[in-house]
Amino acid sequence: MHEWSLAEAVIATVIEESIKEGLEEITKIKIKIGELQQMDTEIFEFALNEIAKVQDVGLLLSEMRIEMETERAILKCGVCGKEWAFDETGLGEEEYEAVHFAPEVAHAYIRCPSCKSPDFEIVQGRGVLIDYIKGSGK
Amino acid sequence: MDPRLNIIDKRLAGIKRLIAVSGGKGGIGKSLTASVLALTLSKMGYRVGLLDLDLSAPSTHVILGIKDVYPEEEKGIIPPEVHHIKFMSIVYFTRDNPAPLRGIDISNAMLELLAVTRWGSLDFLIVDTPPGIGDATMDVIRWLRRAEFLVMTTPSKVALETVKKVIKMLTELNVPIIGVIENMKMEKSSWVKHDLKEFNVSILGEIDFDITIEGSIGDVNKLLESDFAAIIKELVLKSSGFDLKT
Repeated sequence: MHEWSLAEAVIATVIEESIKEGLEEITKIKIKIGELQQMDTEIFEFALNEIAKVQDVGLLLSEMRIEMETERAILKCGVCGKEWAFDETGLGEEEYEAVHFAPEVAHAYIRCPSCKSPDFEIVQGRGVLIDYIKGSGK
Repeated sequence: MDPRLNIIDKRLAGIKRLIAVSGGKGGIGKSLTASVLALTLSKMGYRVGLLDLDLSAPSTHVILGIKDVYPEEEKGIIPPEVHHIKFMSIVYFTRDNPAPLRGIDISNAMLELLAVTRWGSLDFLIVDTPPGIGDATMDVIRWLRRAEFLVMTTPSKVALETVKKVIKMLTELNVPIIGVIENMKMEKSSWVKHDLKEFNVSILGEIDFDITIEGSIGDVNKLLESDFAAIIKELVLKSSGFDLKT
């Protein structure tokens, strides 16, 4: 499960940032999930909770609430300027799976619907980002 | 905050040594050297991984004849073991399609591969990098902080000029350089060695231009029997930079 490895990365970041900020207990984290990554949010949340349970770094994570917001993936052509949404691309199952593993792989399968160029940027909705971490400290 | 940055060191923690094969220009034998080096070390009994970070033009899978394999998904991505080498490349996901990636996409794709690939325990991870000091090389320096560089050149003034820039940059950043290999020699000459004297780098050796090597591409047994592989093995064994026990 790809979700598991990214959940590990999220918890590692929560721990590192919290220690930096002197937090002792984390009450809430908000995660933005780019549509392009096509995460299974149920598996992701389960993984986050399971990984948080086994941390032993002197940081209280048991009361941590997890808020997730999915961000729609928007692509913009670098040649003609056309903007379009990832969900309009109609990729096949194998292509979806490849993009799930590494969202930039979209450049191998998606072309601008207007001028057919593969030279587009991912304007928003690429992958997993931590929006904020809330907690209390000394 | 991008959480992937905080997991890379953990993903690489089981790897004893990271060796990035680099050079200033394309077509000077970086990917062939990275592939043959991985095969050679594996044959010597080391646990070896090969990571192809030439994301726009991956080729080590062609050199090693790797096809019809796909990584396993288990709390991340487990690179398949082919010819006793754990092999990771973006080609699993792009297949035969061109994937034109700009700078930020290269960094993001590389970061994703580094964050989700579970290498396990390895003695060596060999990293094939694209030519020059562009995004991928800078990201290798930034994220593979323990990487040691093996620098390739050819006896070409054009190649050497760019290699000098690579060496200067690595030196400036205090990145360890195992040494330089002069590949594709067609005649006896010492000007490359002479030109590199101003830098504090070991010249590991020379490899003659091998007109038969193309016939070995895609066939691991032929590659291992090639003169190229024999010289790589010899250079690796005698190099103090590799510091291998025979």
